[in-house]
Amino acid sequence: MTLHADLKVTRGAFRLDAELVVEPGEVVALLGPNGAGKSTALRALAGLLPLTGGHIRLGGQAWDVPPDVFRPAERRPIGVVFQDYLLFAHLSAVENVAFGLRARGAGRAAARAEAARWLDRVGLADHAKAKPRTLSGGQAQRVALARALATGPDLLLLDEPLAALDAATRLHVRAELGRHLRDYPGHTLLVTHDPLDAVVLADRLVVLEHGEVVQQGTPTEVARRPRTDYVADLVGLNLYRGTAHGTTVSLDAGGTLTVATPATGPVHVVFPPNAVSLHPDRPAGSPRNAWRVTVAGIEQHAHTTRVRLDGVPPVLADVTTATVADLRLQPGDELWAAVKATEAHAYPS
Amino acid sequence: MRALALAALLVVTGCGTSGTGGDGRLTVFAAASLTETFTRLGADFEAANPGVDVVFNFGGSSALAQQIGQGAPADVFASAAPANMAQVVDAGGTAAEPVTFAANRLEIAVPAGNPAGITGLADFADADAKIALCAEQVPCGAAAKRAFEAAGVTARPDTVEQDVKAVLTKVRLGEVDAALVYRTDVRAAGGEVVGIGFPEADRTVNHYPIAPLAKARDAARARAFVDHVRSDRGRAVLAEAGFDAP
Amino acid sequence: MALVLPAVVGLAFLLVPLVGLLVRAPWGTLPARLLSPSVGEALRLSLVCASLATVVCLVLGVPLAWLLARGDVPGRGVLRALVTVPLVLPPVVGGVALLFVLGRRGLVGQYLDAWFGVSLPFTTAGVVLAEAFVAMPFLVISVEGALRAADPRYEEAAATLGASRWLAFRRVTLPSILPGVVAGTVLCWARALGEFGATITFAGNFPGETTTMPLAVYLALETEPDAAIVLSVVLLLVSVGVLAALRDRWISGPS
Repeated sequence: MTLHADLKVTRGAFRLDAELVVEPGEVVALLGPNGAGKSTALRALAGLLPLTGGHIRLGGQAWDVPPDVFRPAERRPIGVVFQDYLLFAHLSAVENVAFGLRARGAGRAAARAEAARWLDRVGLADHAKAKPRTLSGGQAQRVALARALATGPDLLLLDEPLAALDAATRLHVRAELGRHLRDYPGHTLLVTHDPLDAVVLADRLVVLEHGEVVQQGTPTEVARRPRTDYVADLVGLNLYRGTAHGTTVSLDAGGTLTVATPATGPVHVVFPPNAVSLHPDRPAGSPRNAWRVTVAGIEQHAHTTRVRLDGVPPVLADVTTATVADLRLQPGDELWAAVKATEAHAYPS
Repeated sequence: MRALALAALLVVTGCGTSGTGGDGRLTVFAAASLTETFTRLGADFEAANPGVDVVFNFGGSSALAQQIGQGAPADVFASAAPANMAQVVDAGGTAAEPVTFAANRLEIAVPAGNPAGITGLADFADADAKIALCAEQVPCGAAAKRAFEAAGVTARPDTVEQDVKAVLTKVRLGEVDAALVYRTDVRAAGGEVVGIGFPEADRTVNHYPIAPLAKARDAARARAFVDHVRSDRGRAVLAEAGFDAP
Repeated sequence: MALVLPAVVGLAFLLVPLVGLLVRAPWGTLPARLLSPSVGEALRLSLVCASLATVVCLVLGVPLAWLLARGDVPGRGVLRALVTVPLVLPPVVGGVALLFVLGRRGLVGQYLDAWFGVSLPFTTAGVVLAEAFVAMPFLVISVEGALRAADPRYEEAAATLGASRWLAFRRVTLPSILPGVVAGTVLCWARALGEFGATITFAGNFPGETTTMPLAVYLALETEPDAAIVLSVVLLLVSVGVLAALRDRWISGPS
């Protein structure tokens, strides 16, 4: 029973046109910048927004095939965890979890018992009678997850499920969410703009930009071969479009780079920021790629310092704290950037 | 109706304080049933006395009497009932003895076509007919009560209204089959309402007294207006509207 | 200071007339007058009619508020304006309008009369209708405001859990807007209790049947100002009592 979705939604100037396939037990992360159409896709799958074209089918069931078929949200076997959870404030935790069961026809006692089991599974048996406003962010997230899973949905939709949490809580809740998702036999679609959530939780990434799928694959594939600036930035890589003539690539944005493997025609050139070295003068020796750059910004990360550099082409460099001190890096400084040809990978676009 | 009277009073009071006693204004407080006739007479009076501006405050007689008692700036009071005039007289509010200038009597009012086939007071005891009367607390209701007593009829009204105009409205809209209102009201309603006389109507005659008031800003002008109402021209206008001579 | 002085004047403007009423009240004869059957009858009728009118307003007004706040209807702005017309319409005009529609010769009333023998003017049902007509906008505005302030995504969350629109409204939306509904209900009831113009025009005045407290006050003013004051004091005390009992809800308003 595979979920086939060809999501076509036109609203004003915005167009979503994305194909998604999710296998049972698979977790697919829908990744993209704000305004890419992630929420629209999720709402269409949930039945909160009708498609204007395409289709949504789960196994043999048609959910949305305009203009003939539209199953509203309440008639789809789905569970949704919303970004800010949307727990019903006047109901206790257990009543929130029981809500879907009651709405789908379970008796009061049976629904409560099942809801209590789910709260126990997410480790909140002690908070069954608590009102949502007394719960911490992490607890509320777990109640929302229990509420979404309690009805045994075929499709689980998670909308930025960790976005509302602080960094410390997020680490813990992310690991726990991963455990529940591995146990869940249905189809899962996770909408997020956080690459770490996507990489940790998902089996497959689908990257959405301007309403279109620009890339999909396993997290490793996508990280190694980003196809757009957004994906490259997301996974922390320098990415350039250009035209290859053997080992020399003329970049569309200006400048040339030398790569190790020869290619012909349009390519993407990719190298990680830590492959870039910085020098006060033109470096002598092996580097084939060296060009003048100006420091545009310096960001301190956990173990490295990321330097944004303007030049032809512009580039990101991760350098050690020692290098920053040696070079006395300041915004506006003029330097030479160097990248070994063996570090720069080109692949056809 | 009352709200309207109070609003009018506010307007009158406001103007009274801003103007001076020497201006050409003449303020007449008159019973609501005099609205049409006094408006005409006022226009005549203004035409005959250039520079005079006649302002009316029409309302229920008892309300007007109360307003005069509370110090409302009125020059002339024309009441639909001697009792309300007596209130003002007792408080020393009049400048001269009140005189009766007109009389009015009740008539049965039915909607055009008389759908319920009303012929006399006896039909007012019919439970199936929709009947409207004035409340006994107001003059037309008191007069109606006297008529029913004289006829030996126990009326079964569906509504007892606060003033005669409200009763008349119900007849005009056809919401009731019959009502007792003043003959002048029937006349004023034109073709929408048909009047039916009845023998006991003599018991319902209502006398209208008029008097210039003690606090009149121009006593001569107030007296002149009273005389104007009592003149041949005044009587003619009143008779045309259905009033009896005093 | 620039705000305090007008505020105090405003407060005095609202309160002094009420105080005047209490000062002028004939306290000596008050108990005897209160116990008179006509006062009891008018008070009972007032409470019953205002409460029934409020029920009518709730049954019709809450769904109407929902339609205005959430419904996908064209010309919603115009509709919203029309719904509030009774707020600005002189109640007497409202009463006449009701007569034109529901009177014996009214657009609808003539058929009610001809087919079912039902005539609404001059009946207690007519009082309830007149009061509901005038009071419903208060409820609709209050509930609609609460609905518009409430997050519609909770209804969506309920839908994804399998709840029909009605279930979502009943179990999720309604509880969340309860303060607004309560505030609207109180306003509506208070307005219905004090209703005069539309009632006397549409339902007339007959003791025990259509004479509510405000009508009794008006009639008593003609002859017995003291009785009118007593009736007004009763009306005042009942209203203050009810409003005070619901004060917390009232002040917190729609949240």
